[in-house]
Amino acid sequence: MIQWEGEGIVLSVRPHGESSAIVQVFTEAQGRHAGVVRGGASRKMTPVLQPGAQVAVEWQARLEDHIGSFRVEPVRSRAGLLSDRAGLAGLTAICGLLRECLPEREAHGALYRRTGVLLDAMVAGHRWDAAYVLWELDLLGELGFGLDLSRCAVTGQTQELAYVSPKSGRAVSRGGAGEWADRLLPNPAFLGLRDLEPPPDQLRDGLSLTGHFIRQWLVPAFGRAGLADERDRLAAVLTRQVGSGASSTGASG
Amino acid sequence: MSDGAGKEIEQLIALMAKLPGLGPRSARRAVLTMIKKRRLLLDPLAQAMTEVAATARECVECGNIGTSDLCDICTSPKRDQTILCIVEDVSDLWAMERAQVFSGRYHVLGGVLSALDGIGPDELKLPKLETRVAQGQIKEAILALGATVDGQTTAHYLADRLEPLGITVTTLAQGVPVGGELDYLDDGTISAALRARKSL
Repeated sequence: MIQWEGEGIVLSVRPHGESSAIVQVFTEAQGRHAGVVRGGASRKMTPVLQPGAQVAVEWQARLEDHIGSFRVEPVRSRAGLLSDRAGLAGLTAICGLLRECLPEREAHGALYRRTGVLLDAMVAGHRWDAAYVLWELDLLGELGFGLDLSRCAVTGQTQELAYVSPKSGRAVSRGGAGEWADRLLPNPAFLGLRDLEPPPDQLRDGLSLTGHFIRQWLVPAFGRAGLADERDRLAAVLTRQVGSGASSTGASG
Repeated sequence: MSDGAGKEIEQLIALMAKLPGLGPRSARRAVLTMIKKRRLLLDPLAQAMTEVAATARECVECGNIGTSDLCDICTSPKRDQTILCIVEDVSDLWAMERAQVFSGRYHVLGGVLSALDGIGPDELKLPKLETRVAQGQIKEAILALGATVDGQTTAHYLADRLEPLGITVTTLAQGVPVGGELDYLDDGTISAALRARKSL
């Protein structure tokens, strides 16, 4: 019998038979991993197995390539986000992107830790919109689609990197852009500085930038129609909040 | 595996076993009971099923299941036409009716948004809902959807669509159930209950 145990974030739950569920969790050591939870569709387990919830899991199977079964214990619910419009849209986008894009059974420890920190910040009501954009940037990098924002693709300089090429994902300096500037994507400064409280225009540019590469690279690579829908819904909510001047994304209704 | 019963009885057992809550063994027991109580159970059941099969249909207005084009709720003059309760499924509508606490009308969405199951806004009965609201009689829409990620995502989406039409959009409260003890509640429910606290 093969088995492991650890802590993870619930990504999806699908009914299996009358009372069981096939659950996908994202763990630090095992990455995205699926298993059957006996009684997972019961009234007792439904609140525990909501996307975003932190759970302790014990997986076991007879052979490595079997789907296996999980024993699940709740660690921390993130149900507080259900009544928060932006928070819920963020939670859905995060779980959707991880569920659809992460390869199964491949560890992404750093991404797991960042995801946990981001979700906890959302539940705590801290400002998390910029952290979300940075998380998407990290996700693109983890999946092999990282943007190179460190130096200009044209001149090689490391200053005034105002743009990003929509094709290569490499930074372009103001001087290097020349007459092509209007065809390039703005590179908001907070991405390089990893600033968590950027001004509204930079946040909008950040959402557009990562959104562009999710649509251009991730959607074709992972191929599911509607992959970007949840993410687009979140971008719409955040953009509306930025437009209305509500910078805190933790306490909106 | 054959039970030694006739082919028709075997087929009935196989069909019953597909019903929720029943398996082959319990279906066999149910069929045997019906056959033994033929006049009391089997004949009336067969007749009722024939009638339901011939008449059951979806209400063209709200999506409830009844035996005519417009269900009893939609045709009742006693129902408040200014309040609309939006539910995910017919079973939720029936649960609300069992409680006998709501005197308005309903709209059955036919599901909730779920990227995992490929259910987007186009798969729900939204155009009919917007048409009903746009007719102008409805003043309040109560979103009675599940306290799940998909249910509440749908609720926020509907609120965005309905509020511009000039009606009040409300949602059911979430918190401690009747008979519930805090010690046995999950932390999500406690957190929702604390946020929805009210003065006594």
